[in-house]
Amino acid sequence: MPTTIALHVNGRAILVKVDDPDMPLLYVLRDNLGLHGPRFGCGLGQCGCCTVHLSGRPVRSCVTPLSAVGKKKIVTLEGLGTPDKLHPVQKAFVEEQAAQCGYCINGMIMEAAAFLASNKSPSDAQIKQALAHNLCRCGTHQRILLAVKRAATAV
Amino acid sequence: MLFTKPSRRDLLKGTGILIVSFSMSSLFKTAFSQSGTPAKTVALDEVDAFLAIDPRGGVTLYSGKVDLGTGIGTALTQIVAEELDVPLARVQVVEGDTALTPAQGKTWGSLSIQNGGVQIRQAAATARRALLQEAAKRLGTPAEDLIVEQGTVRSRSDGKQVTYGELIGGKTFSLKLDKQAPLKDPAKYKIVGQSVPRFDIPGKMTGQFTYMQDFKVPGMLHGRVVRPAAIGATLLSVDESSARDVPGLVKVVRQGNFLGVVAESEWSAILAAQKLKANWSNWEGLPEQSALWEYVRATKANKDDVTSNVGNAEQALEQAPKRLSATYNFAIHTHGSMGPSCAIAEIKDGKLTCWSSSQATHDLRQQLAAMLSMPDTDVRAIYVEGSGCYGRNGHEDAAADAVLLARAVGRPVRVQWMREDEHGWDPKGPPTLMDLQAGLDANGNVIAWYSQLYTPEGAIGNVKLVAAELAGLPHEAGMVPGNVIQNTAIPYAFPNVRTVAHRLAATPLRPSWIRAPGRMQNTFCNESFIDELAAAIGADPLEFRLRYLNDPRGVELLKRLARFAQWQGRTLPKRESGDVATGRGLSYVKYELARTYVGAIADVEVNRKSGEIRVRHFAIVQDCGQIINPDGVKNQIEGNVTQTVSRVLKEEVTFDRSRVTSLNWASYPILTFPEIPDIDIELIDRPTEKPWGVGEPSAAVVPSAISNAVFDAVGVRLRSVPFTPPKVRAAMQTA
Repeated sequence: MPTTIALHVNGRAILVKVDDPDMPLLYVLRDNLGLHGPRFGCGLGQCGCCTVHLSGRPVRSCVTPLSAVGKKKIVTLEGLGTPDKLHPVQKAFVEEQAAQCGYCINGMIMEAAAFLASNKSPSDAQIKQALAHNLCRCGTHQRILLAVKRAATAV
Repeated sequence: MLFTKPSRRDLLKGTGILIVSFSMSSLFKTAFSQSGTPAKTVALDEVDAFLAIDPRGGVTLYSGKVDLGTGIGTALTQIVAEELDVPLARVQVVEGDTALTPAQGKTWGSLSIQNGGVQIRQAAATARRALLQEAAKRLGTPAEDLIVEQGTVRSRSDGKQVTYGELIGGKTFSLKLDKQAPLKDPAKYKIVGQSVPRFDIPGKMTGQFTYMQDFKVPGMLHGRVVRPAAIGATLLSVDESSARDVPGLVKVVRQGNFLGVVAESEWSAILAAQKLKANWSNWEGLPEQSALWEYVRATKANKDDVTSNVGNAEQALEQAPKRLSATYNFAIHTHGSMGPSCAIAEIKDGKLTCWSSSQATHDLRQQLAAMLSMPDTDVRAIYVEGSGCYGRNGHEDAAADAVLLARAVGRPVRVQWMREDEHGWDPKGPPTLMDLQAGLDANGNVIAWYSQLYTPEGAIGNVKLVAAELAGLPHEAGMVPGNVIQNTAIPYAFPNVRTVAHRLAATPLRPSWIRAPGRMQNTFCNESFIDELAAAIGADPLEFRLRYLNDPRGVELLKRLARFAQWQGRTLPKRESGDVATGRGLSYVKYELARTYVGAIADVEVNRKSGEIRVRHFAIVQDCGQIINPDGVKNQIEGNVTQTVSRVLKEEVTFDRSRVTSLNWASYPILTFPEIPDIDIELIDRPTEKPWGVGEPSAAVVPSAISNAVFDAVGVRLRSVPFTPPKVRAAMQTA
């Protein structure tokens, strides 16, 4: 029996019809709303590719049931900034050319943006710790670290 | 954004363009026939296979080599813009579409620039010469009087000008690619050699980029595969009622041992695959992992490849007053793409279209055609960039899965693997074992080197498709591990050398190539054993290598590395006392003994108590000849180093007698942020030399540099990748 669920995504109130209210948020964002930012990586909350902000906090949307979202505001990579109006973290990532394949980058940016919001001048070690549960296979870590440091001075 | 990449759809629409203008006086032919049939050539000897220029002067590059997240799309664009003298922003690239791009070979082996880029450059040079000839005719000026700037040809003497768009816009070159067409003088390069920002990066930072995992086609359904409970198990029965209550389930698809589900939505497909009850036979065909190396050693060798043979190594060994021997091994690794493999297939009017992130769409097309027993010409395979693959991962297999599911339901189907499918079923870097022996004379000179590699047979070709094999459909026989015997031969001039590869008839898991296949394993063994020899005679590892290296570029590289990393000569390991000991290790490779040179110095910390290794720093010096994009090259080196540190310290595929058991990031951990090394890089640019590959070579030196650094720190040799804490502790106990 399809259920209608109200969500607030990237500044918009929307209604989605789903068969399973326990479906992870990721599939609504990607398949119902056509967003590309949050991505499927593991479905287990291990890699961070699916990270979105719920009320400003980074969560793994692949293991967040829709029913648990409630009224919390959802922000995805698309809602963080656009090519014309980049968020400082996105801008820093572009400037540092901090990607290879870039599949993990959504999680890196979303995690870093939430982290920097409450840590204005973090040390390298703090940044690394903040990103310790975001995996990258291409080995772009060094650039990502530089990008987050660059963003820290701009946020 | 500096320049944009058009959507795939725009490009596809573009192929059917109807052009009616025709000029008898032009060198160039009207593009495509007037019936509107897309007749674009993909022949490797035709300029039109690679390049098209539209009436507004926009250049389209058709590349058979694809951007796997390495940035070669941008680098190839630089080559074209440079050679044609057009602004970068005016060049767009179409990659890996069997209907549009030439078959330039798989995107592998660090050959995209070295082979693919060089072909493309020659096509652009041929095109440029023809455009100048045509301009000379139009302007009534000798070609020598013409210069090209920003895609406009101008007469130096009278200033008359004509644009590329006016000269050829919409028409074809109809020209054979000329290997003699003059190339631009590298001294005049303005775009090649520059760290041009990658055109894909802004979109990737904002969610605007469309990965294969994001790609959709109209009317598409979602599929998931249900793999056998054991690799070689037979599907005995399926209880379709077990998934019947999943809303939106369209079909349970079974063909032989191939099992999958198709549903209206992705989540329904996932639920259905989880709920579907299938009964598989038992199968325990894998060896005991705890006895893997005994198994490898006992596996029948179908042949021996002798990769180098100088003097008489066996005899010299026998007569040597001092002999050393060691055995090295390297675990099975998975590619571990962050995004599980994904593909879409559509069969319409008897023709198959398949979108995937295959690194070899032209080969995939043949494999899919063979699987369905249909002609190649009825299959179109289109590349869409996906998650990085670092070799032949599961992309092609997901494509075959999508094809079988699409055929079963008569609608387009998208398949994305789940994490356990990727970790469990992508083909693996096979286990590698090497025995090494060396003989020294009374003065400490190396007089003999003899190595024996144990590695699966097979080389160039296509890895068989899982779906084809499970479904009992036509597929390749045999193993395709990649060219894994490269770099068994050594760069050092010893008087007696014999290097042999025993090509094994079997290996536990379906093998394929993973970044620097064989070259990494073989360089690990060779460069660690070289370090053992240096230590045995109390020589500095750098000086020892230089003693036997008679390649000026290699010598220069090592000397620059020593300076760059402030290498202090040493003749004995430091063997620092205390719980945490630090050490430095050096390694060197001339990739395949034929191209890119890399030298590395690693700084490590070894915790004697826990056995934990921290790789603190890597210094890399690389000579890859001409550099197209220095920042792109550095990005590749950083990735190679970090990824390989991960492989060396942590990674090992585990399995029981039936199946892979390391099915996610908890059971197959990779390097995390707090563990990453710092990396410093010095590039040796040689603008007048050939551009060599960079995607793999710097990965090859990493394992041995770490192993040698650990020896420096604590005086023990690590000869088995991964260097896990238990192995380190065990090595220290026996030392």
